[in-house]
Amino acid sequence: MTGDAILQPLTGGTGDPERGAVLMSDRHRSLCTLCHAGPFPDPHLHGNLAPGLAGVGARLSEGQIRLRVVDMRRLMPDTIMPSYYRVVDEEDRRIAAGWRGKPILSGADIEDIVAYLATLKG
Amino acid sequence: MRALWGLAGIAAALICGVVAAAGIEEGDKRSGFDFMTRETQALQADDTSNPGMLWVLQGEQLWRQPEGRANVACAGCHGDAAQSMRGVAARHPAFDEATGRPIDLAGRVNSCRASRQQAEPLAPESDELLALTSYVAHQSRGMPVTPAADPRLAPFRDNGRRLFQSRIGQLDLSCATCHDANWGKRLGGGVIPQAHPNGYPLYRLEWQTVGSLQRRLRNCMIGVRAEPFAFGAPESIDLELYLMERSRGLPVETPAVRP
Ligand code: HEC
Ligand code: HEC
Repeated sequence: MTGDAILQPLTGGTGDPERGAVLMSDRHRSLCTLCHAGPFPDPHLHGNLAPGLAGVGARLSEGQIRLRVVDMRRLMPDTIMPSYYRVVDEEDRRIAAGWRGKPILSGADIEDIVAYLATLKG
Repeated sequence: MRALWGLAGIAAALICGVVAAAGIEEGDKRSGFDFMTRETQALQADDTSNPGMLWVLQGEQLWRQPEGRANVACAGCHGDAAQSMRGVAARHPAFDEATGRPIDLAGRVNSCRASRQQAEPLAPESDELLALTSYVAHQSRGMPVTPAADPRLAPFRDNGRRLFQSRIGQLDLSCATCHDANWGKRLGGGVIPQAHPNGYPLYRLEWQTVGSLQRRLRNCMIGVRAEPFAFGAPESIDLELYLMERSRGLPVETPAVRP
């Protein structure tokens, strides 16, 4: 972590923006659009609990986006945005059996999303 | 003013280590009914179109039907539900002397079956249990939620509040995150209501059937990828006790309709 960014990719390779676009609007796996609106399919199913992501690639660097998806809590301890790459401390959290001990998304998934969001220049 | 409460909530959250629990200001308290489309509101408002009324009607029959080894009907002890059950749902969960814990309406139905009718308990979410509970709760329709004042309920209600404010599940969200701090905003395609329990059991279009408050709580828990409470779990009743306190004054709507 460097400042408010993670400069190194989480995996060896670079992300695939096309896979990232699909994952971004997957309401069951990434859940992003439950909270965020943006230039994604089905705008009537986008939430407004979070800032819109149009133009996010112009506002933030890849490293900054990476940290925000990996663990927004590092920047804002009270945020409602889930930490996608942090395994939640399980005590008292009642995590459902199928999800225990796992991050929400894999490092490769997050690299795909970062690569895609970086293309949203405005 | 809500912004101010938000700030106070964040300060409280930092102190208590819970998510911002700004709460709902008195003038802002709204039933889930208020967040629905006109069409869904109309479905609830007209008894001839409200599908939940089918369960109420079935409940009326079951009320009069002798059951169990004692071969006695609910009506055998309680007579006319319109009189004897009026206001009962508005003050449940109530303190149950037998178990020393709060008991909800469905629990009460099953406890009467066991002790008075000497009958087997009805299964959670069975049509019979939902029908009887809907019928009893319907006798309070329009009455304000008025939680029982019994001081023995206080520790259970406090536990309910604690559960409401605790982050759970892989998504690490609390009930308060959505229902205190973000009600009225959209999560995906739907509006987040304030989580008031005043319409249950209710007909949910998504379920295509009537369901209990506990079923709804389980849905929200599964949504944040948490292990849901089992039907009848004491934690569910504690949560319900807190939700009823939070909704004090709202009218009982049973059977409500929700999307
Ligand atoms: C439960 C709600 C929620 C979900 C789900 C969610 N976010 Fe967020 N996100 C937020 C909130 C709220 C913020 C703003 C920070 C704050 O106020 O806490 C945010 C901020 C961001 C930011 C920074 C935006 C900016 O302009 O500074 C990015 C990037 C982001 N989210 C990406 C994502 C991605 C990608 C996903 C899915 C993999 C996702 N979010 C899922 C709630 C959410
Ligand atoms: C991520 C957001 C979120 C979280 C966390 C959440 N809920 Fe909900 N809840 C919702 C939404 C959205 C609905 C409305 C569903 C619908 O009717 O379409 C809802 C509905 C409800 C209702 C029904 C209200 C009505 O009018 O019928 C109750 C009660 C409720 N939630 C309680 C809880 C409790 C208790 C918890 C914690 C165990 C919780 N919720 C956690 C989003 C959430």
